[in-house]
Amino acid sequence: MNRVRRLAVILLIATFTAVLFADFVAPAPYAKQFREAPNAAPSGKHLLGTDDLGRDSFSRLLYGSRVSLLLAPAAALLSTLIAACIGGLAGYLGGRFERLALAATDLSLSLPWLFLLLTVRALLPLNVSPLASVTITFALLGALGWSSSGRIICSGARAIRQSDFVLQAQSLGISPYRLLLRQILPNLEPVLAAQFWTSIPIFIIAEANLGILGLGVAEPLPSWGNLLRGLENWPEVKASPWKLAPILMLVAVVSCFQLVFQKREEFAS
Amino acid sequence: MWLRYVPKHIFRLVLTVLLGGLLGATLVRFAPGFGVDERELDSRLNSQSIEAIRQSHSSQHNVLGYYGVYLKGLLRGNLGVSTSLDRPVAQLFAERLPATLRSVAKGVTGGFLFGFLLALPAAMFRWRAYDLLTAVLSGLFLCLPAAVLGLGIVYAGGAASLAIALVVFPRVFQYSRNILAQAAERPYVLAAHARGLHPMRVLLRHVLPNAAPLLFALAGISVSMAFGAAIPIEAICDYPGIGQLTWQAALSRDLPLLVNVTLLITIITLAANSASDLFGKAFARQRI
Repeated sequence: MNRVRRLAVILLIATFTAVLFADFVAPAPYAKQFREAPNAAPSGKHLLGTDDLGRDSFSRLLYGSRVSLLLAPAAALLSTLIAACIGGLAGYLGGRFERLALAATDLSLSLPWLFLLLTVRALLPLNVSPLASVTITFALLGALGWSSSGRIICSGARAIRQSDFVLQAQSLGISPYRLLLRQILPNLEPVLAAQFWTSIPIFIIAEANLGILGLGVAEPLPSWGNLLRGLENWPEVKASPWKLAPILMLVAVVSCFQLVFQKREEFAS
Repeated sequence: MWLRYVPKHIFRLVLTVLLGGLLGATLVRFAPGFGVDERELDSRLNSQSIEAIRQSHSSQHNVLGYYGVYLKGLLRGNLGVSTSLDRPVAQLFAERLPATLRSVAKGVTGGFLFGFLLALPAAMFRWRAYDLLTAVLSGLFLCLPAAVLGLGIVYAGGAASLAIALVVFPRVFQYSRNILAQAAERPYVLAAHARGLHPMRVLLRHVLPNAAPLLFALAGISVSMAFGAAIPIEAICDYPGIGQLTWQAALSRDLPLLVNVTLLITIITLAANSASDLFGKAFARQRI
C-alpha cells in the first residue's frame, strides 16, 4: 500500500506542477478558438482534440484543473479556518461558549448545505465576471462547509484542554494566551491538517456537481465542473472517447488525495 | 425510558427549523445580486417597467420582515407563490415530493443494504483481497460526482433511485466497516471466539446488537446524503421531483421556492436523524 501511496504523491505533484505552469505547458490559451477545426480529433496540434467552439481541449483541461486544484485548497483553508476559530475556541473555552458553538454547528449540520449553496449561488448577479464567479463559488463552498470539521476540531481541542500537560501548565500559572499558542494550537495541528486535506476532494466534487448543473464557474473560464458538461452528449462522447479525459483526471486526482491523506485522517481521529 | 427524549427531539426540530429558516433567509438576503431579476436585462422593457420590477422585490429587502410574513403564511398553510412557475409552492410540493420520497427511500434502502452487506465480510473476516477489492470499488464511487453517476445511469437506462443508491453505498460501506470492525475487536467478542462460539452466532448475538445504535445513526445520515444527491441526479435524469424543482428554482432565481425547499429538506433530514437516534436509544435500552 505504501508503494501505491507513493505513486499517488508523485501523480499529485506532477499534476500540480503541470497546472501551475499551464501558461507554458498548454499549447493555446483556454479561450482561443480554432474556428477551422471545431470538434477535431486528437492530433499533434490538439492533443485531446477541440470542443464545439474549436477551443483546444487539452489546454482547457489544464487551465480547468488549475482553477479546481488551486481554489479547492483555498476553500478548504477557509472552511478549516472558520472551523478552527469556532470549534477550537469552543473546545478550549468549554462551558457555555462550547454549548453555544456546538448548537451553532448542529444547526449548520442539519441544514442541507447543497440546497443552501444552490440558493445563494443562484442569487449572484447575472453579469458577474468569470473570475468573480469562480471566486464566489469556492468562497461559498468554504464558508458553508465548515460545520463537520468544526465538531471534530472542538472535540480535539476539548481533549487537549483536559489533558495532563495542559492542567500542569495551568497549575504553573501559564497565561491563557500563551497556553493557546504554545500548547493547544501545536497539538491541534494534526487535526487541523487532516480536516484541511480531507476537505479538498469534497470541494472539488461539490464544484463539479455545481458546474454540471450550470451553477458553477462561468464560461469561458474552464473548471472541472463545466468541462464535465461535455459528458451530457453521450453519442458524441461514445464517438470521441477522449472527451472522457476531464472525468478520468478528476477521478485520478480525487483518488490520489484520498489515498495520500487517508492515513493522516485516521491518525488525527 | 427512551420516550422521554421525544419532546426534546421535537423541540430541537422546531427550533432548528425556525433558526435554519432565518439563516436561510439571511443568507439569501445578503447574497450578492439579491433582488436582481433577469427580466431587467430584457432590452424591450423601458425604464419604468424595470423600476416596477425592482419595486416588486422591495418587500423582500428586510430579512426579518420577509421571514415574519413567511412564517405567518406558513402557520396558515400558505407557503407562498413560486415566482418562476407562478404557482403555489404547496401545490408544487404536493406534486413533486412523493416522487422524490419514493426515489430517496429506494436509494437509501438499496445503498444502505449494499454498503452494509459489503462491509460485513470486510469487518469480520479481514480477507486481504476482499478488503482491497471493496476499498477500490467504494473509493471509485466516492470520487465520482453525483451528477456524473446520474448521467451514467441515464445512459444505462436505470432509475434515479439507482444513482442515489450508488452515491449512498460507498459512504455506508466505509462507516459501517469501521463500526463493525470496532465492535468485532471488543474483549467480550474475542472471549466469545476463544470459547469456540460459532462465528455467525458471535456476529448475530454480540457484534451486530452492539453496533446497532451507530448503524441506526448511519441510516439517519444516509437520508441527508440521499437528499443532497437528489438535486444533481434528478436534474440530470429529468426526474420530476424536488431535486429537479430546486435546480429549476436556482436557475430562475425563485427565492420563495428555494427557501421553502431548504426548510422542507431540513425538516425531513432532522426528522430522519431524530428517528434514527430514538431507535438507537430504544434498542440500547432493550439490550440493558
